[in-house]
Amino acid sequence: MIAHAIFFYVFSVIAVVSAIMVTVSKNTVHSVFFLILDFISISCLFIMIGAEFLGMIMLIVYVGAVAVLFLFVVMMLNVAQQKNQWFVSKDSSKHIPIGLLISVIIFFELIIVIGGWKYKPDLFNSTKSSLENGVSNTHSLGQVLYTDYIHVFQISGMILLIAMIGAIVLTFRQREGVKKQSYLKQISRERTEGVEVLEVASNKGVKIDD
Amino acid sequence: MEYLNIIFQESYKILFLLVPVLVSVAMIVWLDRRVWAFVQKRQGPNVVGPFGLLQSLADALKYIFKEIIIPASSNKVIFILAPIITMTLALIAWAVIPFGVEQVLADINVGILYIFAVSSLGVYGIIMGGWASNSKYPFLGAIRSAAQMVSYEVSIGIIIINVLLCVGSLNLNDIVVAQKEMWFVIPLFPMFVIFFISALAETNRPPFDLPEAEAELVAGYQTEYSGMMYAMFWLGEYANILLMCALGSILFLGGWLSPIDLYPFNLIPGALWLIFKILFLFILFALVKAIVPRYRYDQLMRLGWKIFLPLSLTYVVLTASYLFYFNLLPTI
Repeated sequence: MIAHAIFFYVFSVIAVVSAIMVTVSKNTVHSVFFLILDFISISCLFIMIGAEFLGMIMLIVYVGAVAVLFLFVVMMLNVAQQKNQWFVSKDSSKHIPIGLLISVIIFFELIIVIGGWKYKPDLFNSTKSSLENGVSNTHSLGQVLYTDYIHVFQISGMILLIAMIGAIVLTFRQREGVKKQSYLKQISRERTEGVEVLEVASNKGVKIDD
Repeated sequence: MEYLNIIFQESYKILFLLVPVLVSVAMIVWLDRRVWAFVQKRQGPNVVGPFGLLQSLADALKYIFKEIIIPASSNKVIFILAPIITMTLALIAWAVIPFGVEQVLADINVGILYIFAVSSLGVYGIIMGGWASNSKYPFLGAIRSAAQMVSYEVSIGIIIINVLLCVGSLNLNDIVVAQKEMWFVIPLFPMFVIFFISALAETNRPPFDLPEAEAELVAGYQTEYSGMMYAMFWLGEYANILLMCALGSILFLGGWLSPIDLYPFNLIPGALWLIFKILFLFILFALVKAIVPRYRYDQLMRLGWKIFLPLSLTYVVLTASYLFYFNLLPTI
């Protein structure tokens, strides 16, 4: 139990410190790296409470895909040059009220969600019972997701699909004058249409139409 | 005292796994070069030791004694972290690979997801190395590899779903045991081919070695690295290749099961069978390197997103409907 507690405190301290570092670090690329560290320690905490499926999915989705795209964008835009603007610039006070408002809202939401447990005492027991039956985490999660909450699950999938299509439509642009290669055409080329043997008269040359 | 005992036992087991892995990484580098040479009618490394077997050792010595150069304009911490991360991630994934019913370091419930997660983290070593070098070629290599690895992970993930549909468990030992009747390479042969090609792309092997295409990018993300740090990138890369071969043999070739369940074959321990299968897949990797020209970048992306992704998704639907129709779905 002591080892468990030690690991818990190590991971949570890393998580909290790296979450703070995400916001205060001067270099944006460093911020993203701290965000990744945060994700990893959070998934370690998930694994420690026995939610190994969630922990692994967190690693795969957030660290393996989402954060890679974050890094990609941050590196490509070279935002590292605007470092420290938030603190230095005079009009930084503009951001502070909005930021405070959002953080207060998030804080109350968290209080409501965590406080909600008090009024649904069977919630914790129901999750625990399925784990004690010897059914693995993944199975019980799948059983709940694909039976009781199938509609919510499908709707969230639809929303994600629509968001994806929307992003593609918004950024898609057809450029003029771009020469494209047709793979089918390239593969199905025959020798007869690729090579032409000509009799060239001396000092006259050949006219090639292209 | 009890904790110390546990720690000693575990580190003993870990050493017993990692030392063979590292030695075999050195050996397969030699094997890779030999196969590559034989296809091109050359001899390959054959001078140091018998058949040139000690070539990798000599190379390692050379790397150790070379100076480590850190570019002045680089981001030093991340520059040094990058090869360490590559190496570590390539090695920690071996913890869940089963070499037999009991011969596995960590027999966890979500073993396949763990391997998938670790291999998807592998991209960070490359991105960090490329970005921290603060130079054009490494950066371009890093950007390329990020896009490439994220794309091919998608198809590998869907191929794994195919296998999982037939097994009904995420545990690697369960996946092996489920192939006792028939290896998954037979019913899922198209998926095996796609998995093999995606593994080539995921490990940046030729013909998909665009992140380090020497004709365009010098050496990609490794350009600024030297000495032991370069060697660590290199070792990590080969350890990843071995891991992908191990994953392929566990998912499709029956892992530590012997091909025929008869008397003389039963005597050979399962670990040896797994090693044979890994070697077989690795020789295929080496042959592909020797005989296939490099892809262009847009061709690579097209292959991943427009061909492999729809194909493997269709196969998921096919497998699921087949299993459902004939009532073969695995029971929990």
